[in-house]
Amino acid sequence: MVSNLPTPVVADPAQTRQVKELKHARPLFACRFDPAGRFAVAGAQGNDVARWEIASDKKTDLVGHQSWVRAMTFSPRGERLVTGDYAGRVTCWSYADDAPRPVWTAEAHRGWVRAASASPDGELVATAGNDDLVRLRTIEHGTPVREFVGHDCHVYNTLFDPTGAYLVSADLKGRIKHWEVATGRLVRDLNAAELHKYDGGFRADIGGARGMAFSPDGRYLACSGITEVTNAFAGVGQPLVVLIDWYTGQRKQLLKPKDAFQGVAWGIAFHPNGFLVGVGGGGGGGILWFWNPEHVQSFHSVKLPQTAYDIALHPSGLELATAHYDGSLRIHAMTPKA
Amino acid sequence: MRQCSYACSSVEHRISRRSLLAGLAGGAAGAMGLSGFAHPAVAEQLKAAAKRVLVVFLAGGSSQLETWDPKPGTDTGGPTLAIPTSVSGVHIAELLPYTARQMHRLAIVRSINTKEDDHGKGHYMMETGRRQEPGMSYPTIGSVAAKFLASEAESLPGYVHVTPGGSSFGTTDSAFLGPKFASVTLGDGVLPTTAARPESLTESADRMRNEMRRRADHRFQQRRRTAETEAYSQSYEQAAELIAKREVFDVTKESPRDLERYGTHDFGRHMLLARRLLERGITAVKVSHSNYDTHNENFDFHIEQLGEFDRPFATMIEDLAERGMLDSTLVVVMAEFGRTPRINHLLGRDHWSAAWSVCLAGCGIQGGAVIGKTNPNGTAVADRQVGAGHLFHTYFRALGLDPTKKYVVAGQPIPMADPQADAIQELLA
Repeated sequence: MVSNLPTPVVADPAQTRQVKELKHARPLFACRFDPAGRFAVAGAQGNDVARWEIASDKKTDLVGHQSWVRAMTFSPRGERLVTGDYAGRVTCWSYADDAPRPVWTAEAHRGWVRAASASPDGELVATAGNDDLVRLRTIEHGTPVREFVGHDCHVYNTLFDPTGAYLVSADLKGRIKHWEVATGRLVRDLNAAELHKYDGGFRADIGGARGMAFSPDGRYLACSGITEVTNAFAGVGQPLVVLIDWYTGQRKQLLKPKDAFQGVAWGIAFHPNGFLVGVGGGGGGGILWFWNPEHVQSFHSVKLPQTAYDIALHPSGLELATAHYDGSLRIHAMTPKA
Repeated sequence: MRQCSYACSSVEHRISRRSLLAGLAGGAAGAMGLSGFAHPAVAEQLKAAAKRVLVVFLAGGSSQLETWDPKPGTDTGGPTLAIPTSVSGVHIAELLPYTARQMHRLAIVRSINTKEDDHGKGHYMMETGRRQEPGMSYPTIGSVAAKFLASEAESLPGYVHVTPGGSSFGTTDSAFLGPKFASVTLGDGVLPTTAARPESLTESADRMRNEMRRRADHRFQQRRRTAETEAYSQSYEQAAELIAKREVFDVTKESPRDLERYGTHDFGRHMLLARRLLERGITAVKVSHSNYDTHNENFDFHIEQLGEFDRPFATMIEDLAERGMLDSTLVVVMAEFGRTPRINHLLGRDHWSAAWSVCLAGCGIQGGAVIGKTNPNGTAVADRQVGAGHLFHTYFRALGLDPTKKYVVAGQPIPMADPQADAIQELLA
C-alpha cells in the first residue's frame, strides 16, 4: 500500500540559505526564538530589544534597558522572556503581548550581565555577569534564590542542563563550574582552557565561552570562543568549539572550521538531528559552520554577509536566526527551495 | 664624525646650572648667549627648580569614550556609562570610580585634535608638542624638565621612564639637550640585574676602574668629542649612579600598606615606584601602561586595563596632595591619540586623533576644570579645539618656564615650544 502521508521535512545543512532579513537600527548582539516559534527577538548594541513576529515581519521594540543586551532566555512556559543588559539590569517581559511590558526588573549584577538561562521547568532564571557571580531568581517575580560564588573573573556564560537539576557556568579563563541548583553546591570543575589566552604583548586576557549549548540528551556540553590567539587587540585567532562529555567530564572533541578563519565562534547550537551549528565573525566576516561531533572539522559552512554574534535554532529545527553587526537578523532555512 | 650639536659645546653646558643662576643673580646674564634666559627673576627660576613632572602614558591610545568623555546612550557610546565625580556636574566613565573621587584635583581637556593617527608620530607629538620634522628632533617634556628643573646637586638621572618593557640607557628623547637629560628606562621598574657589582669585585677596585675609565674618556674627548662619545660617557655615569643608589629604585622598600593601596599588579607597583622617585628628587618620571590599542573587543580590554589604572592613579593624586607635592608636580595622563567613536565589527575602536582627551593635575592646574567639549556623539570637537602645541605651552607655564623663549643649538635659536600655539589659560592658576 502506498502511503499518502507527506514526507517529513528534515533539516539538511547543505541546503542552508537565507530566506529573510529583518532590520534594526543598531548592530544586533543576541538572538532567540520563542518556544512556539512565533517570534524572534534580538538584543542590540543599544538599549532596545527587538521583537519580530515571523509570519508578518512586524517589529516591536521592548523598551526599558539602559545598555547593550546580550543575555536573553525564554521561559518554556508562561510567555516570559528574560533579558540582561550591560548596566547590570535584568528584566522579565510578557513578550507575546501586543505591547510587551516589563513584568519585573532587578539590578542583578555589578557590571555587565553576559548571559541568562531559564530552567527547563520555567521556574528559575540564572544570570551571569562581570561581578564574577552567577545568580538565580524566580521567573515569576524575580525573587533572588541563590548566588553561586567561585569564579574569580568575569563569567561569560551560564546554562541549565536539560534535567534542570544542574547549572553550568564558564568564565573568561575557560574555567567551567558545574553547580547543583537545589543546594548551590559546586559539583565539579571542568575546563575549556583552550578558549583563553593571556596576550603578553598587549598584557590583557582574551577568552570566554561566548556560546554554550547542551545536546538535547544532555550528553555533551559545547563551549565556543576563540583560540590560538596571536594578537588579542587585532582579534587574530581562530574559532573553536570545545565539546565536553558531560557524564565523564572529559574532552570529547575540539571542533574547528575546515577552512581557515580568523575570528570568534560567537554562538553554538545543537540540532536534534545530532549535528552542531555555530556562527562566527571576525576579520573573515561572518560564517555558519556545521559539525558532526565525531569529527574535528566542519562538514559544511555558509558564508554570511557580515559578522554575526549569535545563533538561534527555531523550535521546528528547520530554520536558524543569526544576529549581525549590520543590524540584521537573518533567517536561514535548512531546507531546499520549494 | 658628528660633532656635538647641543649643549655640550655651548656656553650653557660649560657653566653649571647652579652657576648659571648665580650668574643671573650677579647680572652676568649678558654672557649667556642664550636669549631664552635673558633676565628672568632668580626667585622665579629657583621656584621653578622645585617642580617636577609625572607623565602617565596609556600606550596604544586609550579611548576617550571609556575614560574622560563618555557618551552613554548614543550610537557611539557603547555600553560605557557615565558616573558623577567629586565635582558637581562633571561625569567621567564608569570604569574610573576611584579617579572620579579625585576630580576636584584633576582637569580634563576634551577638545584635542592632533590630526595624527600614527602611533609613533602621535607619541612624538604628544611628548614634544611638535609634529615630526625631517632633520630635527625636539626634546620630550620629561627631558625638558630634567634640563631646567633638576637640581645640580642631584646625581641621579633627571628623567626616569618606568615601563612594562625592557630597560635601557642612552635613549634619544632629550634630542639636542644632550644625553644627560635623556630618560633612563627601567623595564618593569627594576634596575637591570647586571647593575649589581659582582661579588668578586671590591668597591675600591670598582672605584679605581671607573676612575681609570673617566681619565681615558677625558683624554680621548679632548681631541675627539662627539655626540656618540658624550652619550657613551653619560650612559656609564648614569649607570654608576644608579648602582650606587639602587635602593632608591626598590619599590619593595615602601610600606606594605602602600604596596596594597597601589596594587600588586605591574602598574600599581610602577606608580608606587614613581611616587618614590619623585619624593627622592627625580625631577621627571614617566610611567607607561600597556596596552590600549583596542581594535578588537575595546570594552572588555578597557575594563581590564582601566581596572589596573584607576586605583593606583587616584592613589597617586591623593598621596601627592597629602604630601604637599601636588602644587609642585605637574601630572599629565596622555596617550598618542584617542579611539574612534565608531565601533567596528570586532567590537573595537580604531585610532582617532580628531576629538579626544587628556587629563592633567598639579602645579596650579585648575582642579575640577573641564576644557572644551565634543559634539553629542564625540565625532568632532565642538568647542575650544587645541593641539599638542597648546598642551606643551600649558605644561611650560605650569612649570614656571617661559615657552616663548628659545634654545640656542649650534648657534641657532629654536623656540622651546611651537610658536603657532599658546597656553590654555583656563587651566592655569
